Amino acid sequence: MTERRAITLSINGTQYNVTVEPRRTLVDVIRDDCGQTGTHIGCEHGVCGACTVLIDGEPVRACLMFAVQADGRSIRTVEGLQQGDKLHPLQQAFMRHHALQCGFCTPGFLMLAVGALEKRPDLDDEELVDLLSANLCRCTGYENIIKAVRAAAADMKA
Amino acid sequence: MKPAPFAYHAPTSIDEAVGLLATWGPQDGRVLAGGQSLIPTMAFRVARPAHLIDINGIAELAQLRVDGSVLTIGACVRHAAFESNTVPGPTGALLRNVVRHIAHYPIRTRGTFCGSIAHADPASEWCCVMAALDGVAVLRSRRGERVLRAEDFFQGVMTTALEEDELLVAAKLPLLAAGTRTGFAEFSRRKGDFAIAMAAVCYRVEQRVMAEPRVAIGGAEARARRVPEAERALSGRAPDANVFATAGAAAAAAIDPLEDINNTTAYRRSLVRTLVERALEGAR
Repeated sequence: MTERRAITLSINGTQYNVTVEPRRTLVDVIRDDCGQTGTHIGCEHGVCGACTVLIDGEPVRACLMFAVQADGRSIRTVEGLQQGDKLHPLQQAFMRHHALQCGFCTPGFLMLAVGALEKRPDLDDEELVDLLSANLCRCTGYENIIKAVRAAAADMKA
Repeated sequence: MKPAPFAYHAPTSIDEAVGLLATWGPQDGRVLAGGQSLIPTMAFRVARPAHLIDINGIAELAQLRVDGSVLTIGACVRHAAFESNTVPGPTGALLRNVVRHIAHYPIRTRGTFCGSIAHADPASEWCCVMAALDGVAVLRSRRGERVLRAEDFFQGVMTTALEEDELLVAAKLPLLAAGTRTGFAEFSRRKGDFAIAMAAVCYRVEQRVMAEPRVAIGGAEARARRVPEAERALSGRAPDANVFATAGAAAAAAIDPLEDINNTTAYRRSLVRTLVERALEGAR
C-alpha cells in the first residue's frame, strides 16, 4: 500500500492526472509532476509559507499536506492569478509598492493575501499584519508587503 | 527533507477507521487529521509511521454540534472554525479569543482541535482550554467507547491515555452559563510561535463576588491543568487587581515548571504570575 496512487489535481482549472507515492507532499507534486513551478518550496516544515496555495479557497501550506489528500480538490496557485495579459490587483500592487526584492517568498504572500481578502475584504490594519505574520521574507521587506496588500485590499473593494 | 514511505489508508466511516486502527495501530500506524504537527515531524523523520490512517474523508467527524449545554467538536473540525461566531455564549467567546493565538491562518485552516489535544504538546492552547473547562475526550475503538476527562486524558509531555487502536472521535466542552466571564493570555517570543506559558480563566460574579472560578495553566508544566490554589484565591472575593495578583502569585507558587535552554523554572513562574493576572484582568 506504499505503492503509487492515481490522483487528479485540479490546478487553476486544469486537470492533472498523476500517479504519486502517498509520501509526496502537495507542493512537490504541483511542481515536479504538474510542472507548475510558481509555487516555491522553502522550509518544507510549515514555517516559511513560501508554498502557500489555495485549496477550495482556503490558504494552506502545500508542504503540510500530502498530494493524495488533494485528490479532486480545487487548487489555485500563483499561475492562476493573472487573467490574460492583466495582472491580479495584488500583483500590480506588489509591483507598485516594491513589495518584492528577491521574489522567492512572493508567490506564498500573494496566495495568502488573495485567500484572506476574498473571504474578508475589510480586514483592518492590525488583522492584516497578523495575517501576513504567517509568512517569512528573508529580504525582510515586510513594510512594503504590508503596504501593497493594504492598497490591493482597497483596489479589490473598489 | 521528505517524509519516509508509508502505507496510506483513507477510510470513509468511523467503523472502517477503527477497524484499520485495530490492525495497523499496533504496527506503527498513526492517525492523520490536519497533519500540521505530524507532517513536519515526518519531514524531519523524527516520526516514521509505517501506516497513516487519514480520517479527513469521514464526513461525520467534521461536525461541530451544540446539544443543550454541551459543545461537541468532531475530530476533523479545524481551528479556523472557531474564528467566527459558530459557538454561542461565553464558551464561544473564549474559543474565539484563544484561536487567534494558534499558529497562523494557513495552519488554522488545516489543523484540528482534536489533533491538537491528541498530540498533547504542553504549549497547545486547546489543551489548556480542555483543562480549564473540564472537557472530555471521546475515544472509539473496536473494543468500544471510552469517555475520559481532560484530567485523565492528558498524562504528560505529548502523552495521553489514547491506546494504539483508539481514535479520538470528538472532544466535548460545556457551554458556560450566560454571564460567565472568560479570559486568556499567553506569551511567546514571536507571533504564532509555541507559547512559553499561558493561562485560561473563567468565573461568574454573584452578589459582587466571584463564584466557580477556574484557572488553568498551559505551556509551563508537562501538561495543562487547573490550579486549585489560584482558584481558592479568587472564590468568594470581589474581582479586583489585588485579588488577581494574589491568584497569580498562588499559581506561580503551585506549579512545577518545565525548564529548557531558554527558559528557567524561575522565568516560567514569573510568566505564569503575570499571565494569570492578565487573563483575569482581561476576562469579559
